Amino acid sequence: MKDRLEQIKKEAIEAIRVSDVPEKLNDVRVRFLGKKGELTAVLKGMKDVAPEERPKVGQMVNETRAAIEQFLEETKTKMERAIREERLKKEVIDVTLPAKKNNVGHRHPNTIALEEVERIFVGMGYEVVEGPEVEYDEYNFEKLNIPADHPAKDEQDTFYINKEILLRTQTSPVQARVMEQGKLPIRMIAPGRVFRSDEVDATHSPSFHQIEGLVIDKDISFADLKGTLEVFAKELFGPETKTKFRPHHFPFTEPSAEVDVSCFKCGGKGCRFCKGSGWIEILGCGMVHPHVLEMCGIDPEEYNGFAFGVGLERIALLKYEIDDMRLLYENDIRFLKQF
Amino acid sequence: MNTSLSWIKAYVPDLDMTAQEYTDAMTLSGTKVEGFEETDADLEKIVIGQIEKIERHPDADKLVVCQVNVGTGGIQIVTGAPNVYEGAKVPVVLDGGRVAGGHEPGQRVEGGIQIKKGKLRGIESDGMMCSIEELGSNRDMYPEAPEHGIYIFPEDAEVGADAVEALGLHDAVFEYEVTSNRVDCYSVIGIAREAAATFGKKFVPPVVAETGNGEDAADYIQVSVENKELCPRYCARVVKNIKIAPSPKWMQRRLASVGIRPINNLVDITNYVMEEYGQPMHAYDLDTIAGRQIIVKTAADGDVFTTLDGQERKLDKDVLMICDGEKEVGIAGIMGGENSMITDDVKTVLFEAACFDGVNIRKSAKRVGLRTDASSKFEKGLDPNNAKAAIDRACQLVEEMGAGEVVGGMVDVYDEVREPARVAFDEKKINRMLGTDISKEQMIAYFEKLDLTYDEVTNEVIAPTFRQDLHCLADLAEEVARFYGYDNIPTTLPDGEATTGKMTFKLRVEQVARDIAEFCGFSQGMSYSFESPKVFDKLLLPKDSPLREAIEIMNPLGEDYSVMRTISLNGMLSSLATNFNRRNKNVRLYELGNVYLPKSLPLSELPDERMQFTLGMYGDGDFFSMKGVVEEFFEKIGMKGRRTYEPKADRPYLHPGRQADILYDGKLLGYLGEVHPQVADNYGIGTRSYVAVLDMPSILGYATFDRKYCGIARYPAVSRDISMVVPKGVLVGQIESMLLQRGGKYLESFELFDLYEGAQIQEGFKSVAYSVVFRAPDKTLEEADVTAVMKKILNGLESLGIKLRE
Repeated sequence: MKDRLEQIKKEAIEAIRVSDVPEKLNDVRVRFLGKKGELTAVLKGMKDVAPEERPKVGQMVNETRAAIEQFLEETKTKMERAIREERLKKEVIDVTLPAKKNNVGHRHPNTIALEEVERIFVGMGYEVVEGPEVEYDEYNFEKLNIPADHPAKDEQDTFYINKEILLRTQTSPVQARVMEQGKLPIRMIAPGRVFRSDEVDATHSPSFHQIEGLVIDKDISFADLKGTLEVFAKELFGPETKTKFRPHHFPFTEPSAEVDVSCFKCGGKGCRFCKGSGWIEILGCGMVHPHVLEMCGIDPEEYNGFAFGVGLERIALLKYEIDDMRLLYENDIRFLKQF
Repeated sequence: MNTSLSWIKAYVPDLDMTAQEYTDAMTLSGTKVEGFEETDADLEKIVIGQIEKIERHPDADKLVVCQVNVGTGGIQIVTGAPNVYEGAKVPVVLDGGRVAGGHEPGQRVEGGIQIKKGKLRGIESDGMMCSIEELGSNRDMYPEAPEHGIYIFPEDAEVGADAVEALGLHDAVFEYEVTSNRVDCYSVIGIAREAAATFGKKFVPPVVAETGNGEDAADYIQVSVENKELCPRYCARVVKNIKIAPSPKWMQRRLASVGIRPINNLVDITNYVMEEYGQPMHAYDLDTIAGRQIIVKTAADGDVFTTLDGQERKLDKDVLMICDGEKEVGIAGIMGGENSMITDDVKTVLFEAACFDGVNIRKSAKRVGLRTDASSKFEKGLDPNNAKAAIDRACQLVEEMGAGEVVGGMVDVYDEVREPARVAFDEKKINRMLGTDISKEQMIAYFEKLDLTYDEVTNEVIAPTFRQDLHCLADLAEEVARFYGYDNIPTTLPDGEATTGKMTFKLRVEQVARDIAEFCGFSQGMSYSFESPKVFDKLLLPKDSPLREAIEIMNPLGEDYSVMRTISLNGMLSSLATNFNRRNKNVRLYELGNVYLPKSLPLSELPDERMQFTLGMYGDGDFFSMKGVVEEFFEKIGMKGRRTYEPKADRPYLHPGRQADILYDGKLLGYLGEVHPQVADNYGIGTRSYVAVLDMPSILGYATFDRKYCGIARYPAVSRDISMVVPKGVLVGQIESMLLQRGGKYLESFELFDLYEGAQIQEGFKSVAYSVVFRAPDKTLEEADVTAVMKKILNGLESLGIKLRE
C-alpha cells in the first residue's frame, strides 16, 4: 500500500511538472484527487486493509494528498504569475497617443473675473444680490444724489426708454434698493449688466458689467473702506499689490476716491500695461453721502457706510491681457477656449 | 482744462518742483493731472548765437555758409534758411544737441532729432540754426517768428545764453481732469489756489485796482434782465477809444500754450480772463447796440439768429438771448451775434460778464447745436460773484495794454446776492468718519490754505461762493482728507455685527447651469441686450407674435441696437454664425442673459426681466445631445420628477419636425430643437444647428438643493425585455408613459435598447425594444409579481396598436 501511494505521488508530481497550461493542472487534479481519482480509489480500497492498519494508511493517504495538493498549488501560482507577466508584456501601450477628452466648455472671462470677486467678498461676509437692468430714473439717479438737471443724466450717456425708465448706467441703483429695504447692517455686492451710450470700439461697449459694493453699519470709517479694498486688491491681483487712493468726486459718496493698484505686470516699475505709470486705475469708491442715506430712509446720524464700484470688463481685460473689448461679445470659440 | 506751469507760477511764485512731482502731488490732493507735456523735453544744447558773416556756398545755390558767434567761440553753420542776415541773433543747436522736430509745422518727432557735425555739400557745418517749429513750438505761441526760416531774437538777446530759457520754453503744459463739483478749478486761478495749498506755498492772485475814467458806464448803457432765474447776474462795462492791436507776447504765449489762438488785444483779453478767472466774457460793438440798452430775455419759438461765425441758428422759447432795443444780439452764454461783433474799426466796446443758469445753457447749446468754450464753462454753473472780479480784471488789462479808455463804473443787475455757505464744524465726527486722529487746529489750517475761514463763535466753516461744493460735514471731511493725505489715513476692516456671505438661490442655480453646460462641452458667450427689430423677421416670427412687443430705446446707438430683446435666440444664432464664418468646427455655446418682456406698452412699469439659459451648437451631436444637457441640468438641480417633451411646439424658428417644448409637471419651462433651415440661412449658418432655451424663473420654482438618501437596493432585481412592433406615429414617449402608468410599485427603471426602422419591418412600423427592471425594497420578487404587472403593461401597449415581436 505504501508503495502504491509512493507511486501515485511520484506519478502525480511528474504529471504536474509536465503540465504547461492551467487546464492540464486541472486534469492532474481530477486524475489524482478527484472523486474518481486515483487517491480516492486507494481510499475505496481501505476495506481490504486490516482494521488496525487503517488509521495509519489513512494518514499516509492524507499526507500524499497534501503533498500533491501543495505542489499543485505552487505550480499553479507560478504558472499563473508567468502567464500574467507574459500578458502584461504584450499589453504595453503608447502613452503618448492623444487623450480621449470630454471637451468640456469654458467659462467667459467676465464670469471668471466675477466669480473671483464674489469669492473674495462672500468670504468677507457679503451677500451677492441683483437688481433690475431696466430701471427707474429715480433709482439710477435721483436717489443717488444726481438730481434732474445733473450733467451725468445727459442723454448722451444714458439710454432712455421714456422719461421715467431707462437702462441703468451703473449698478449703484441696487444700493438704493437694498438700503430702502431697511435691513441693517448691510454688506453686499451687486454684480450686473449696465448700459452707456458709447459706440463699440476696442475700449468701449454700450453694454458692460459692474460690481457694486455697499457696507452700511454703525461707525464705518474711510479707514475701513481703505482696508477692505486693500484686502480685495491683494486677493485679486496678488499679495504684493499696493493700492493708492486718489480724491475724486461722485455725487453719491463723500469723501470719494478713485483707487489705483500697483501694476501687476511690472510690479509698479512702469510698463506698457500701466502706460509707464506703475499704477492701474480699477475702481471708484467713497463714504455713502449722508443725503443718499436719508433718501433711502437711513438715519445718517446713526448709520453710515461706504460704497464702491468696479468695472468687470476692466478687470477681465487687465487680468487676462485682452487687448480688444469687442472680443468679449463676439463669442468666437477660439477666444473663449483660452479661459 | 489745461494750464502751463509758468502760468501757475505767476500766482504761486515759490513753486519749485519737476513736472512729474507736480503731477503726482496735485493728483493726490484731488486735482487730477491727466498728463503733461514738457515743452523743452526734446531740446538740448541750444544757445543764442549771432551771425557774424554770411558767404555763398561754393557748390549749392540755395545754401549759405554762416560764421556764428555762440558765446564760447565761433562756429560755422551751413543753412538754406532764406531769412538770415549778418548781425541776426538766432537759436543755435550745437553738435550733439537735440531739436524737437522738422522745420515745418506739425513735424514733431517723438524723442527729438539729434544734430551732429557734418558736411553739407562738402562744407563743414558745426551745428544748426533753428526755426520755431524745430524748437517744438509754433507761430501761435511765437507770432513774431517768420513763416519760413530761422527764429530771430530781439537785438538785446545775450549771445551764448540758453535759447530755450530766453524763449520761455522751460515749461510744461498740464492737462487736468476737473470733477464736475469743482467749478472753480476750471480756471487757472482755481488750479493755482489748489497748487499753493498742495505744496504749502504762498498764493498770490492778481490784484485788480480801480479802473476807469471819471465817466459812468450807466450813461452809455442800460441793462434789464427779464428772466432773472436764468440770469442771476449781468455786469456790463464800457471801453471807448479802442485801439485794436496785437496783444503782448506774454499773453499770446499763455493763450497759445493752452490751445487758444491769439487774435487781437480785445479778443485776447476776453479769452485770457475766461481762462484765468473761469468766467466767459463777451465784447459787443456798442455802436451796433440799438437804443444803448441790453435786455436779457428768452427767444420766441421759431426765431432765427445769425451767430458771429456766420451760421444761422434756430431758436426756441427756452433759449436765453441778449437783445438790444430792437433786436437779438447774442445767444446768452453761447455765442454773440454777427450783427454786434467786434470789427477792426470798432470804437466803443461793451464788455459783458454775466452768470447764466448752467442747466439752461447746457440744454440750449445742445438744441441750438453749438457748444462753445464759453457755454461749456457756463453749463457748470458759475459763481455770480466771480463775474465782477473778471470784468474788472479785463478792464485792468485794457488799461495796462493801452487797448482803450475804460469808462468808470459798472452796470450791475444782481438782485439776489449769493452769500458764502456756512457749514457746521465737528472735528470729532470728521475723525470718526475718516478713522483718523487729526487735531482741530490742523483741520482749520487745511481750510485756511483753501481760503475757507473758521468762525470760532459759531463753530462753522465759511466757504466762499466759488466753492459751490461745500454744504455738509462730509464735504469738510473730504477737504481734511485731501490735505491730510488719503495715503496717511490708516487701513482697518469694519467690525461690528457679523454677516453671512451668501449667494441668492437664483445665482446658485445659475452657477449649476454654467457648470453643467461647460461639463457638456458648451462655452459661455455673452451678447447684447438690445438688438434690431429686424431680428423678428429673421426668426420668422409671425406679424402678430407677442414677442414682437419689444421695448424700444428712445435714443439708441442705431437701429441695430434699438429694441430690448424678447427672445434670446438672436444673440446665440449670431454667435454661431460668427463661428461658422470663421470655420470653427464643433461649436457649442451657452449664454445666461435676460430677455425683457413689457407688461404693457408703452412702458409704465419695469418689464419682466427673465433670465434665459440658452444653448446652441453645431457640429458633432444632434437634437438628443441637446436634450441630454437639459436633463443633466434638471437632475443636478434636483428636478427628478417627470419632464415631458411636447413635439407640436409650432415655433417658427425651429425645424417643424424636430422641436419640442420642455414641460415639467405639465408646466412649460422652455424648448429645444433644430434651427429651421430658413432661419439658419438668414443667419448664414451653413449646417444643422441646435438650440435649447430654458426660462430660469420658471425653473426656480422646481429647483432644489435638498437631497435625501433613500437606501441602496438589497434585494435582486427582475428584468424583462419587451420587443415591439410599433406604428410609426406612436412616440417612444407614449410607450414610456404607459410603462410608468402601468408599471406598478415595483417598477424600478426602463431603458430603450433598440430602435429600428427598415428592411425587416413592415412599412409604417418601427421596431422598439425596452428593458424593464422591477425590484421590491423589502423582498425578493416572485415570478407571479412580475407576470401580473407585465400583463397589464402589454395590454396597455396593445391598446396603442403595438404588437409584440415574435
